[in-house]
Amino acid sequence: MTDLMTLYVPLETTALSLGADEIVMALLSEAEKRGQDVEIIRNGSWGLSWLEPLVEVVTDKGRVAYGNMTVEDVPGLFDGGCAALCQGLTAEIPYLKTQDRLTFVRCGLIDALSLEDYQENGGFQGLEKALAMTPQQIVDQVTESGLRGRGGAAFPTGIKWNTVLGAGDGQKYICCNADEGDSGTFADRILMESDPYCLIEGMIIAGLAVGATEGFIYLRSEYPLCREILGEALINARDAGWLGQNIRGSGKAFDVQIRMGAGSYVCGEETAMLDSLEGKRGMVRAKPPLPAIHGLFGQPTVVNNVLSLATVPIIMAKGAEFYQDYGIGRSRGTIAFQLAGNIARGGLVEKAFGISLRELIEEYGGGTVTGTALKAVQVGGPLGAYLGEKDLDLPMDYEAFSDVGAVLGHGGIVVFDETADMAEQAKFAFDFCAIESCGKCTPCRIGSVRGAELMAKIQRGEKGDHNMALVRDLCDVMENGSLCAMGGMTPIPVLSALKHWPQDFKKADFGVKS
Amino acid sequence: MSQDKTHLEKAEWDEKEALQVIARFTDLKGGLMEALHGLQEAFGYIPPESYDLLAAAFNLSKAEVYGVKSFYHDFRSAPRGHHVVQICQAESCQALGSRALTSHVQNKLGIKLGETSHDGHFTLEAVYCLGNCAVSPNITLDGKLHGRMTETHFDSLVKAVAL
Repeated sequence: MTDLMTLYVPLETTALSLGADEIVMALLSEAEKRGQDVEIIRNGSWGLSWLEPLVEVVTDKGRVAYGNMTVEDVPGLFDGGCAALCQGLTAEIPYLKTQDRLTFVRCGLIDALSLEDYQENGGFQGLEKALAMTPQQIVDQVTESGLRGRGGAAFPTGIKWNTVLGAGDGQKYICCNADEGDSGTFADRILMESDPYCLIEGMIIAGLAVGATEGFIYLRSEYPLCREILGEALINARDAGWLGQNIRGSGKAFDVQIRMGAGSYVCGEETAMLDSLEGKRGMVRAKPPLPAIHGLFGQPTVVNNVLSLATVPIIMAKGAEFYQDYGIGRSRGTIAFQLAGNIARGGLVEKAFGISLRELIEEYGGGTVTGTALKAVQVGGPLGAYLGEKDLDLPMDYEAFSDVGAVLGHGGIVVFDETADMAEQAKFAFDFCAIESCGKCTPCRIGSVRGAELMAKIQRGEKGDHNMALVRDLCDVMENGSLCAMGGMTPIPVLSALKHWPQDFKKADFGVKS
Repeated sequence: MSQDKTHLEKAEWDEKEALQVIARFTDLKGGLMEALHGLQEAFGYIPPESYDLLAAAFNLSKAEVYGVKSFYHDFRSAPRGHHVVQICQAESCQALGSRALTSHVQNKLGIKLGETSHDGHFTLEAVYCLGNCAVSPNITLDGKLHGRMTETHFDSLVKAVAL
């Protein structure tokens, strides 16, 4: 018998997509071959995605990380080798150490499904406090924290909750929007896969705050692992008395169901999501009435993003002031940035608002993975602006972004290098809107198709100036006449691409008849 | 997305089974979406024979059922091929060459996005974000996600299932 060797290998989508399960199999068979006792703990993701699969070995000094492991590297790990892959102590990796981990404090650290791990690391402290408070006190604490909706719209969470709290005594619902469809975003997924109880705790607190007894998680179908992990977490939480008719003997009731989306991007829009949850086509509703008054099945409903809800437990546990102390201006607390696209060190960076885009891309991201020059950065998903090199010093702050016609959105940052054709990207914005439009309002349904046609003509060099004027006019109609952000914000990537890279749109004009 | 387990082959229409699947969801609030997912899991697609059953079970018109089914990209009208490849077409993967990768995959499989090969061996589908954007470009093969995809790696994956 040898000393037990303890290893961590993430059970998380990115790690699995790069072979984490194969590494676990190799570790087990190598250990057996050597007669070495091993314990492999399947943790969540630290968000160090570029190092996946990231294997950690427990030592006297702490957990030591080995990045980009392959099956071939496994024997070396038992011989104390793999020096080239060794990242040192996980907690000391600069990418991680310099972050402000509040919402993601347990991600990567714990076995996502262990209630014991969760509680040993601060879990349910917020809920315990909330159970001793009045609904109004909970709502006030969330309001004072300055937390704003992390799905992208940045509406103050406490104010939304207050409206639902004041909306009578009938059936109310908590709906968690887990339809994370923006390209370049994966923070909701990492949280749900790595710390599912945190989301569940946030939803319970929301239920206590507004008087709702039922919660729904609307999860996109592209996230099958989230479904498994959340499903199991809900069963465990119910068994332990954290969900159900009498939460931990408090007399308060709350339970959560998962509902799957079906590949529709527009269902990330809150009213389309409510229609989808009702078993209908995911059509956007006109507002007012607000979902807070007339939401799911016509009842008062809190609709919050995964990260808004998952941030509530730490606000309750540590107080509004603690959370307020992070951030700048009216953007309080932290936000999970997601570095994606052509980036050397892609992953999740939770930082207080106010850090610059340049620091995120250069210091954390390490520039492009191809080593080529950066050309454009799309922040805030497919409906966000394309920014150029000169915008990189913008502070990450809701208002600073909106001042330059851009959006912070859900914190996704997609980097493009010099090979990007911005006319192609602008055309894609229209194409995507045409594919995903719910079809309820004309500017979005028809405008997106016409926009894509015009862009194709411009790309072919047909009457460039004339068609460009039409695109601008069309964008004006879509921006001001669409029912929701799908049509209303599609002009943002189009016009920002046009503004920063006009040369990409100027092809030879062959004077083709229109 | 293909978490349905039996998507590799078309199951024969079986009214009794369809009714059993639907019955699991009729008591759920807004259960039609879940029932459609359930039927697709059982049959590999949404058989048109099920529209009347769904309409009766949820007290809707057949047109309303079809309206919901046809709104969502996931709900298929026909069974897929034996192997399903999905390629992400969204921005993050575009930034790392998904357009060129898509051309390569189309040439390799001899089908375009949205098509199934004549021998029913492969179906190729476009998806818009698999949430794995830090390690783009991404594809799925038979529901398993693969990050940092390259043309060579894709060819080896195809070779492994084509044998």
